[in-house]
Amino acid sequence: MSAVDRATRLGAVRLGTEPSGIVRWIILGVVGVVFSIPIVAMILFSLKAGLAGGYTLDHWASLFDDDAARVYRNLFTGIGNSLLLAVVTVGIVLVVLLPTMILVHLQFPRLRRVLEFICIIPITVPAIVLVVGLAPVYSVVVRIAGGSVWTLAFAYGITVLPYAYRAIQSNLDAVDVVTLSEAGRTLSADWGRVLLFVLLPNLKRGVLAASFISVAVVLGEFTIASLLNRVNLQTALLQVSQSNPYVAVIFALLALALAFVLLLSIGRLGRTRRTGSES
Amino acid sequence: MTVANAPVLVSDAAESTTRRHSPWGPATRRPDRGLAKYLGLTPFALYVVVFLAIPTVIAVASGFFTDEGDLTFDNVLGLFAPNVLATFGSSFWISAVTAVVGAVVGALVCYALLGTRPEGPLRSFIDSASSVLAQFGGVMLAFAFIAAIGSQGLITVLLKDQLGIDIFENGVWLYQVQGLVPVYIYFQVPLMIITFMPALAGLKRQWAEANATLGGTRFTYWTQIAFPVLAPSFFGSLLLLFANAFSSYATAAALISQGAQIVPLQIRSALVSETVLGRENMAGALALGMVVVMVVVMWGYSVLQNRTSRWQK
Repeated sequence: MSAVDRATRLGAVRLGTEPSGIVRWIILGVVGVVFSIPIVAMILFSLKAGLAGGYTLDHWASLFDDDAARVYRNLFTGIGNSLLLAVVTVGIVLVVLLPTMILVHLQFPRLRRVLEFICIIPITVPAIVLVVGLAPVYSVVVRIAGGSVWTLAFAYGITVLPYAYRAIQSNLDAVDVVTLSEAGRTLSADWGRVLLFVLLPNLKRGVLAASFISVAVVLGEFTIASLLNRVNLQTALLQVSQSNPYVAVIFALLALALAFVLLLSIGRLGRTRRTGSES
Repeated sequence: MTVANAPVLVSDAAESTTRRHSPWGPATRRPDRGLAKYLGLTPFALYVVVFLAIPTVIAVASGFFTDEGDLTFDNVLGLFAPNVLATFGSSFWISAVTAVVGAVVGALVCYALLGTRPEGPLRSFIDSASSVLAQFGGVMLAFAFIAAIGSQGLITVLLKDQLGIDIFENGVWLYQVQGLVPVYIYFQVPLMIITFMPALAGLKRQWAEANATLGGTRFTYWTQIAFPVLAPSFFGSLLLLFANAFSSYATAAALISQGAQIVPLQIRSALVSETVLGRENMAGALALGMVVVMVVVMWGYSVLQNRTSRWQK
């Protein structure tokens, strides 16, 4: 930190706009410790050696047993289903939402507020309400598309709308899409090329952020799958937790860690954008 | 304007390979571009109608019908039955308590983060961790709390063995409505950090300097300037937290396997058993009740949010 930085910081502390170092670390320390307790408890639980006490790596090692695939078949089915659902949901975001957002941005500036409103509705109509109406809709979907699990992604595409919209929109706002596409058209590219080779590279960060956050949402989704009687990671975890809580906790930790890494990389995407524009 | 051809990118994308060689500049396409433009909106419109609009309408309207399709007000009146009102009451108090605690603790953390580099490792760690805990925890948070304060949990055992304190002296409350309070606070605080941080970071340094120049103290800065500016955002975030707890299902379902202590769980039992309280389509009526609460709360949130953005211009 430069001397000037330090001086402004001290000034800010004296003015009272910023906390002093001690106050900051007391607050962050106390909250940090309290909030790490449940996670630490999960880690220690996954290492417990049973009622006798003591710690062991047996539960983690059991995942690599030869018969693990058989014992935890439901869990692996759930993981497979959730990964499939994540892929299809990202597909829906990329094929249905993204082109619509670009189209509205370029052609229907007046509809931007409408689109924003639609994309935020899923916050006001939570999954537990949506699922009441989704049950009859899915009885039709099953008749048309069959009962395979991937159809659940249609509902997940709706639950990720607010997150995906925000991620893509902030990128759209930062890039001059109109000029870019006009430039591409002037240089005689057709719209497919403009979209693929001009717009998408510029929207890469927003698109990636939207995809990552959609994956995180889908991996954590429980409400809709559970009430429509489908198997995904979370419903399988809850089921496994009744027979083998250790394995359930191990997979919960892994899923939380994966979501954390996904979101951390979204933050990194944002940072490279800013430093990139400065240079 | 060349951009007027944008719809092609959506509606005609599939055919573009066959058309690539035809001379379809803006001029030749003019006659049908109005139509093509709107065609580009149809996939999204259809999708949203089928999977958002129709389910919402069914969810909210089905409460007014019997299974045979006759109009009835029985279910909606059923919302005022004492036990249903009590459920709404539990949902209200747990949402209110956890929202207030979450908002206060979250705001404190935001204050502590003032002056740290927004791009620094501390902030990215807290941002990402907050998002995970606030939005994607669900069932997994229930596991975490069973491991921490379940009847054989880390903290439970530690307190009992080291200090002789039995937190479950009067029965194991973790699997009751009270048990949801610590778990909900655990995802409310991170949500507060995510939503309130931008407002707090938007406080302008000049306001503090003006305050100091005019002889104000730290106390006057926070009470006379910062608090009035931040109040709409703070209460807006508080409402968002309330809505978040009110509509949360996964954590509660994982902790409380039986019964209908809060509204989302009552919807579960209505959906699973079909004949709660001897009424059909009660799930629809409950969904309607929830949507009414959510719409009111989210409306308040957006009003307060608009007020906030005034200061951030």
